[in-house]
Amino acid sequence: MIPEIGHFALILALGVAAVQGVLPLIGTARGIPGWVATAVPAARAQLLLLLVAFGALTYSFVVSDFSVAYVAHNSNTEQPLVYRISAVWGAHEGSLLLWALLLALWTVGVSLFRRGLPDELVARVAATCGLVSIGFLLFMLLTSNPFDRLIPVPTQGRELNPLLQDPGLALHPPMLYMGYVGLVVPFAFAVAALMEGRVDAAWVRWSRPWTLVAWVFLTLGIALGSWWSYYELGWGGWWFWDPVENASLMPWLVATGLLHSLAVTEKRGAFKAWTVLLAIFGFSLSLLGTFLVRSGVLVSVHAFASDPARGVFILIFLAAVVGSSLLLYAWRAPAVAGGGSFELMSRETLLLLNNVVLVAASASILLGTLYPLFMDALGLGKISVGPPYFNSVFVPLALPLVLLLGLGPLVRWKEDSASALARALWPTAAAAVALGTALVVLLGGGTVVGVILSTVLAVWVLLTAGAGLARRLRKRGGLAGLFGLPRAYLGMVVAHLGVAVLTLGIAVSSTYSKERDVNMGVGESAKVGNHDFRFEGVTRLPGPNYLATQGTVRVTREGREVATLHPEKRQYASQSHSMTEAAIHSRLTRDIYVALGEAAQGDAWSLRIYNKPFIQWIWWGSVLMALGGLLAATDRRYRLLAEAARQPGAGGPSRLALAGKR
Amino acid sequence: MKRTLPALLLLSFSLVAIAAGVEPRAFDRPEQEARYRALIAELRCLVCQNQNLAESDAELARDLRDQTYEMIRAGRSDDEIVEFMVGRYGDFVLYRPPVTVTTALLWFGPAVLVTLGAVLALLYVRRRAGRTTGATLSEDEEKKARALLSGKAVDP
Repeated sequence: MIPEIGHFALILALGVAAVQGVLPLIGTARGIPGWVATAVPAARAQLLLLLVAFGALTYSFVVSDFSVAYVAHNSNTEQPLVYRISAVWGAHEGSLLLWALLLALWTVGVSLFRRGLPDELVARVAATCGLVSIGFLLFMLLTSNPFDRLIPVPTQGRELNPLLQDPGLALHPPMLYMGYVGLVVPFAFAVAALMEGRVDAAWVRWSRPWTLVAWVFLTLGIALGSWWSYYELGWGGWWFWDPVENASLMPWLVATGLLHSLAVTEKRGAFKAWTVLLAIFGFSLSLLGTFLVRSGVLVSVHAFASDPARGVFILIFLAAVVGSSLLLYAWRAPAVAGGGSFELMSRETLLLLNNVVLVAASASILLGTLYPLFMDALGLGKISVGPPYFNSVFVPLALPLVLLLGLGPLVRWKEDSASALARALWPTAAAAVALGTALVVLLGGGTVVGVILSTVLAVWVLLTAGAGLARRLRKRGGLAGLFGLPRAYLGMVVAHLGVAVLTLGIAVSSTYSKERDVNMGVGESAKVGNHDFRFEGVTRLPGPNYLATQGTVRVTREGREVATLHPEKRQYASQSHSMTEAAIHSRLTRDIYVALGEAAQGDAWSLRIYNKPFIQWIWWGSVLMALGGLLAATDRRYRLLAEAARQPGAGGPSRLALAGKR
Repeated sequence: MKRTLPALLLLSFSLVAIAAGVEPRAFDRPEQEARYRALIAELRCLVCQNQNLAESDAELARDLRDQTYEMIRAGRSDDEIVEFMVGRYGDFVLYRPPVTVTTALLWFGPAVLVTLGAVLALLYVRRRAGRTTGATLSEDEEKKARALLSGKAVDP
């Protein structure tokens, strides 16, 4: 009964989405206020219906209703409750439902926090979201219904992939999806702007905080996934350039470009058409990622061809969304073009280069991800495109970007003098080279060009951010002015510092990591880096739905106790292979990482031991970037926008202008 | 399928065990060990979904790791080992595809893209530059300029 309620709710949601996607558009085009007014209630009704569907599916998981095929395939009664719930979005059908739910949530979010958004714009945004929602709901109902029944009903379900039974993973998908789906908001704003034929400062101020929030979720989602693969996979790696990872990095890169392009459009009125185009690209890449992952085309072109229902649907949907929005763009972009002028040496130029690099990086990843598929489909042979390719393409693009990133905020809008900049900045540049090189020598030396370059650039960002901050504070009377600074500016500084921290983490950990595989009997020791590892044997521990073999490893450094680690191997009842739980001891400057391998002769076990300096900086850097985004999204001028809206006629436009001039 | 962003996992694949290949191996020189690790990271496990030899627990991956190890111990160069693998399994075994006619676009595409992007961006900037200085044109010249500009004032 409950699953049927969920199923009906989905069907009703499709009907509501059709209303939400069509009526408001006709209403705005023909000037029928009653039709325009349907947008918001329709979006809310849709959210309600999808909540009912999601609740019904969750309930089926909680009570282990194996008559629902999706439940039976992804849950069993021995699974702990929290993982029965996270199994809702653990596989294909449920993650689509989560996608649709979040889409409705974002739409209603726009209607709730509208900050004086005109009714027509809200209607167009909601309608665009409604059209996207039609696609997803149809996809679910036609090819991937989470409520399909299973006959005969099995007595026990198939367990959720044990890899996914992890707290990091209960959180990672909703985060990532919030970001993925969140890109629909800038997309919908862009489509609305094209329909209206106008991109002005107010439009940017409405869409910019939404883009920031979606970007924050995307950043955190990607970081969480990377952190999970680091501690859960027993391999010590944190990024693998897997197509599925690339699918999330591509929209992130474009969204990052969009944030910077929006800044130019807001401050200087330039790059309008480009900003709109980037918003379309960002969401298109989200959809493309879905196609890549959901169609099975990644497994092999042939698997896709033999069961094409899902893939073909997504491909048509993708073509419809991307094609129609690009057509709209081609038709209307001239109407929104134009803007302030600027000289070659200006912040605008640097931000344009930032966009060039980010988009080129995203396109290169797309090229590498799709290339083997096209080769295979065209019968040109099978090749593999992996980390060596992506590293050699991505790193040379990323490092100049970091250089630009330090420089950009110090260059004036509109026009600056190259010679004056050089005079002002050469001491900073020299200091960055000196400090960066010194840091590399301190960390272990070697003449690896990559690590020296990256470290120097990281220090460069640090110093330039400090210089910019100092310049601003001097104007505001010293350190006390720190909290008076606009949050948008502080957010930028924090996010850029995050990039420096991330760069340092990647460079140092990938250059100076130490790794050893050893066989150790009980009581034996091994030395990795400057730490000694003593193996004290294994014990068996039963878990809720698995049996664990837990090792004990005592870590000392020059005779002093550092930590006692307990790496585990878990044998899940439902799986033939066992899972690894690495034991990690984290400090700011290094991680010690021990994974249990296999039993060797006697009481000996094989162990993998890593010493990874600065690796945590990768995730702390990501957190700083997200924090910066959050700070910027809560800037005062966005709140002023809402205030101005609450007092119609009370000089709204002039307040906007004032807010922009700060 | 062990290490993809799992929200997007296609769970129909069978799981592959992780922390694979914890295999203590003895080398004569540390340089050999470094080469071994680099090689097994760049060679693909052919029966896995998307894993290199180092990460895979598959039977074939084990064999190929052993082979790589033996060849390194026997003093073969990296090129010889790669050649051996390609001879047996084709280019599919390489995560760093060779530069050939069919992969030219793959290898040079990114450089072309970024160069093209930068050139277009700078052309665009140059076209817009110079407009910041105040108008010192005569009325006639201004009219002319406006006519010229209106024809091609398009954002990229």
